[in-house]
Amino acid sequence: MSGSSVSPAVLMADNGPGTVVRIHGRHIGDRVYRGAITFFAICVPLLVALVAWEIAVAGWPTFRHFGLSFLTSSDWDPVKERFGAAPAIYGTLVSSAIALVIATPLAVGVSVFLSEFAPRWMRQPVGFLVDLLAAIPSVVYGLWGIFVLLPLLRDPVMPFLRDTLKLGSTPFFSGPAYGPSMLAAGLILAIMVLPYIASVSREVLLAVPRAQREAALALGATRWEAIWRAVLPYAKSGIIGGIILGLGRALGETMAVTMLIGNRQEISASLLAPGYTMASLIANEFSEASSDAHLSALMAVGFTLLVITIIVNAIARWLVWRVGGGAASKPL
Amino acid sequence: MSDQRTRLVAESLDAWFGSIHAVHGISLPVPEGSVVAIIGPSGCGKSTFLRCLNRMHETVPTGRVSGRVLLDGRNIYDSGVNPIAVRKHIGMVFQRPTPFPTMSIRDNVAAGLRVMDGHVSRRETDEIVESALRRAALWDEVKDRLGASALALSGGQQQRLCIARALATSPRVLLLDEPTASLDPASTQSVEQLVRELRGEVTIIIVTHNMQQAARISDRTAFFLAGDLVEVAPTEALFTSPSDPRTEAYITGRFG
Amino acid sequence: MTAGAIRTQRPSARQRAVSERARKGLGRRRAVNGVMLVVLATAAVVTVLPLVFILFHLVAKGATSLDIAFFTHMPKPVGEAGGGMANAIVGTLIVIGLAMAFGLPVGVGAGLYLAENRGAWLANSVRFLSDVLNGLPSIVMGIFAWQFLVRPVGHFSALSGGVALGAMMIPMIARTTEEMVRTVPASLREAALALGYARWRTGLTIVLRTASAGIVTGVLVSLARVAGETAPLLFTAFGNQFWSTSITQPIAALPLQIFNYAISPYDDWHRLAWAGALVLIALILVISIVARVATRARFDTGSGD
Repeated sequence: MSGSSVSPAVLMADNGPGTVVRIHGRHIGDRVYRGAITFFAICVPLLVALVAWEIAVAGWPTFRHFGLSFLTSSDWDPVKERFGAAPAIYGTLVSSAIALVIATPLAVGVSVFLSEFAPRWMRQPVGFLVDLLAAIPSVVYGLWGIFVLLPLLRDPVMPFLRDTLKLGSTPFFSGPAYGPSMLAAGLILAIMVLPYIASVSREVLLAVPRAQREAALALGATRWEAIWRAVLPYAKSGIIGGIILGLGRALGETMAVTMLIGNRQEISASLLAPGYTMASLIANEFSEASSDAHLSALMAVGFTLLVITIIVNAIARWLVWRVGGGAASKPL
Repeated sequence: MSDQRTRLVAESLDAWFGSIHAVHGISLPVPEGSVVAIIGPSGCGKSTFLRCLNRMHETVPTGRVSGRVLLDGRNIYDSGVNPIAVRKHIGMVFQRPTPFPTMSIRDNVAAGLRVMDGHVSRRETDEIVESALRRAALWDEVKDRLGASALALSGGQQQRLCIARALATSPRVLLLDEPTASLDPASTQSVEQLVRELRGEVTIIIVTHNMQQAARISDRTAFFLAGDLVEVAPTEALFTSPSDPRTEAYITGRFG
Repeated sequence: MTAGAIRTQRPSARQRAVSERARKGLGRRRAVNGVMLVVLATAAVVTVLPLVFILFHLVAKGATSLDIAFFTHMPKPVGEAGGGMANAIVGTLIVIGLAMAFGLPVGVGAGLYLAENRGAWLANSVRFLSDVLNGLPSIVMGIFAWQFLVRPVGHFSALSGGVALGAMMIPMIARTTEEMVRTVPASLREAALALGYARWRTGLTIVLRTASAGIVTGVLVSLARVAGETAPLLFTAFGNQFWSTSITQPIAALPLQIFNYAISPYDDWHRLAWAGALVLIALILVISIVARVATRARFDTGSGD
């Protein structure tokens, strides 16, 4: 009977002095396991590097040919093979700015309301509803935007802004208003970006130690004063991090924006005018890119977008991480 | 002692946690079939020493061992020896019960059988599981719910489950690291009863904080202090007439 | 004041004026508090409003077009009534299946690595770059996949779309895996090692099994997210008007179909777009619910007392 056969009798067996103790052997299993998980881990930086590399390589001819004017020229003409991405860059920045201006007060407002004023039982369900906004796909936002938001803007909202409020006299609301516009894109982006800012804000606010609030309240402050003077300053950098995170999302949004912005290569001060963003430029022209030069130009736009997004997201992560680890740990 | 075979011998065993020297050159022979208790104050290195005996100490990132441990005459720290194989021949029960949470009671007990060399048939497995549970005095309480989650058991039952799990692979040596520390008196009693029953068949080394327990169940007792083996002697001799003054101080409760 | 004598004094005129001002100020401060409460509550309502509207419109405009034909028929050419999105629904399922096949092993493997090598330099870089990957715009992933998998081959394919989506799933799966594996107590690992389990076996059978509920949730949540993505599929899967289940050919997908129909000038197609959007949301909802149920079911192992 060898030392390693197993039967009930062996439970009491006497493994005598002559028994061979088989304790030598190799551990390949462990090495394979460790190699496999290391390989998969390395796939991540590899993938990022590959994405950046492939797009950079494809876009390089454009950068080399146009240099910095690629980013500053407004002349985008595939036929004449002249490519200036300024309108698209402008549009990306403006639409994102509009989105943030609208979304931030709402998102922070909801979060403050939920964490400070609202009764406890409200937090979960309302928070859930806000988070649900993030689950709706971009194309569905675009669909709703085209058939519900645009008609609404075309009449009555835009005429109201331009004529009734007399904002049309300013350059920001001048010109014809057909619907598809920077304003429309900004609005839909605001809705899409709201849950991200709200989620981070909520976590950051809940992470503020009770002592802060209680100290203020004990001094006789009203609820609002305690928030304004004690809680918000504490949570400030985290919330700003959340806002920048939302910015990162807004910059890269494609489908909803493409469906609502009008897709016109034009830098106009008016929010009622159509425009373009980098993402929607690519989405619109990529399939029909006629020449290699056109393709390379679109890739160059993609690379620009990639770089901007990485920088913005890095800043956001750093800010949120600074406030206290937890809030940044859940990717949305 | 000379006419008894020594199943396990530690020779000049040192252990470190990084630069902390936790075990200082300990030599301790363990006669076959005997129960050796290791007592000493907290932090004296007894658990660390125990974990060196089945090459568990090195699984800690900064763990390092030097010296020899002979299992039936073969040094388990020889180069070329697979520590995994060593651990299959030596069973261990920890201070806190650690049943595998996603496995049933039956699968928990059989867990060690899965990694044994050679295939164990389902029928054999069932027989072994029943045997092990009987020895751990748990069979009657769980025989109707072997498929239930192991987490449904009480703390004392879980610990007995872990003991059954260790016994299922019929180890030559059983290492018990304060096995009754978190148990109620009834469970403690059944564990001690088990140790008494296993004496003679399995070589047992038990680390315990409880001197009375050591006195009740062990043949020989070793007293550790600050990483050193101060004294080892037949249990009764150690407790009634210790040769080292430090041993006496500990036993009489002057510290510890 | 004489030393040693404590006398309560009547408040002086100045003291009276100060407390009078404070009392009036308190009223104003309380008013501000009330106003802010209303403002914030309004913000909450305004925030939730679009959600309500969108769901309302989806159901109102989409539900009527949902019949059996929608799920079983192919799209009809313009002008002909009826038709469905059968190919797009199946196409979406195939593409997200491919995404899982690519994203799951890499994500779980990377997560295991991160959990077992906490502070290592490589682990920190992987964690950081995983965040970077997570933040890349989906259109960028799309053109990357085109450049890498479509251009050299010469035609669109479901596979390239699956890879683009799978890459987007990796960061979340890796993060969830790492977090869940970290919650497995070291004592469990030790118990397995002491039984003679090799490290690889411990990792795969003990640790992974214990963490599996949470990991499954993470996988399904990220699946729900990529199921609705359109941009990565624009130049990879591309869409297909005909029935195709081949992974090396262009394939239809719900988001793509919705997009194409929505921007078309035909009312019929608009109707189908709404229906498709409703189905897409329903699919995402189902996946999310399964994620939640899967977590709970794991812990209901039979008690049989």
